[in-house]
Amino acid sequence: MIAAARCVVARDLLLALRRRSDVATALLFFVIVASLFPLGIGAEPNLLRAIAPGVIWVAALLSSMLSLGRLFAADHADGTLEQMLLGAAPAGVVAAAKVLAHWLVSGLPLVAIAPLIALQYDLPAPLYGTLVLSLLLGTPVLSLIGAVGAALTLGLRGGGVLLSLLVLPLYVPVLIFGAGSVDMAAAGLSPQGQLQLLAAMLVASAAFAPWAIAAALRISTE
Amino acid sequence: MSATIKWYWFASPQSFFPLAGTIARVCWLGAALLAAGGLYVGFFVAPTDAQQGEAYRIIFIHVPAAWMSMFLYLVMASWAAIGLALNTRLSGMMASAIAPTGALFTFIALWTGALWGRPTWGAYWVWDARLTSELVLLFLYLGFMALQAAIDDPRRADRAGALLAIVGVVNVPIIYYSVQWWNTLHQGASVSLTRAPSMASTMLAGMLLMALAFWLYSIAAALTRVRCIILERE
Repeated sequence: MIAAARCVVARDLLLALRRRSDVATALLFFVIVASLFPLGIGAEPNLLRAIAPGVIWVAALLSSMLSLGRLFAADHADGTLEQMLLGAAPAGVVAAAKVLAHWLVSGLPLVAIAPLIALQYDLPAPLYGTLVLSLLLGTPVLSLIGAVGAALTLGLRGGGVLLSLLVLPLYVPVLIFGAGSVDMAAAGLSPQGQLQLLAAMLVASAAFAPWAIAAALRISTE
Repeated sequence: MSATIKWYWFASPQSFFPLAGTIARVCWLGAALLAAGGLYVGFFVAPTDAQQGEAYRIIFIHVPAAWMSMFLYLVMASWAAIGLALNTRLSGMMASAIAPTGALFTFIALWTGALWGRPTWGAYWVWDARLTSELVLLFLYLGFMALQAAIDDPRRADRAGALLAIVGVVNVPIIYYSVQWWNTLHQGASVSLTRAPSMASTMLAGMLLMALAFWLYSIAAALTRVRCIILERE
């Protein structure tokens, strides 16, 4: 079971490595969206400092959604997905492994580059730790929830727009607590409560989402 | 013959069809009568509120609509779960028949809330926890309907929608308890089973009449719609 999971993760990482531009596009999208806000709102430093956590979180959310379409699409198109579901490894394990690989190539780089955006917004240095930690806890939840939507909309017409309609409402709690934790720290309070709630969401979604994804994949591939 | 009703017999869409018609007719009638009574009590009998003036009268629509919006989602999700577990055709049809009514009540709750908020809070919309999560509920209904509309095969549409409804059900307790958890602008529940109601008994009577009317309306609308779905599919 562990071996199957490791195999799927390694395979997906290798595929991503062979097609680096896909990973780079999502990351670039994140940076561009975050850079648009100062142009639209105006470069008032105090205002930017205040909206920085929210902007970074919204940009992270949109960028992680952008890459969701690719999560199962290629494997579905060439039949690999059906073989994986037919295989001996439990479908939930395969789903969890695919989500992990997806997070490693789309979520983790985003967490790494977020301090750079925070620097552009002149976010005070002590908040970087909270920002990175909140993204580190929150982006896997985005990948897990998003994968359910991606599996449900697999192979449908207008899948991309439909996916955003399904997934964005479910992202709302993560956004609230993710951005809220940084806001809390900025106000000089302890962000621990919000971060613990994010961690709780991560644990709960890691426990339940793989089975929902597996069920959704079964519905979509039958 | 013992008093067991043959529940499984009605699980077949064909045998449920005439029963749904009968129940729907009774419920339409009941909903109309109760709504007339509730509106009469609400507009002419209930006293003017000491703090909010006449503006409070919107609660006779707003509160029952908000109750129904959450409750219908739970009903929809349980039909969806039954459909997934027992693989019955009718359950999926019931879930998709309930969704538009639920979305309608969510929209009514938001709309009447905005109309009430303007004179009372001074703003049509505030980013309060309960308002936001009610908005999310509306998006969940719309997402459910959009997903079902996008899938051509009705059986796959039912099952995909069912999974989505079950995933989204997490939001309902969040809406219900949001006022207590975040302590925001929207006031707490006005009615409770465990303590004396914080309003005049005629107000309460009007609200309960309207709630019952909305219940019957929901049943009637859902059953009328499920009859259309049965005709379409079978």
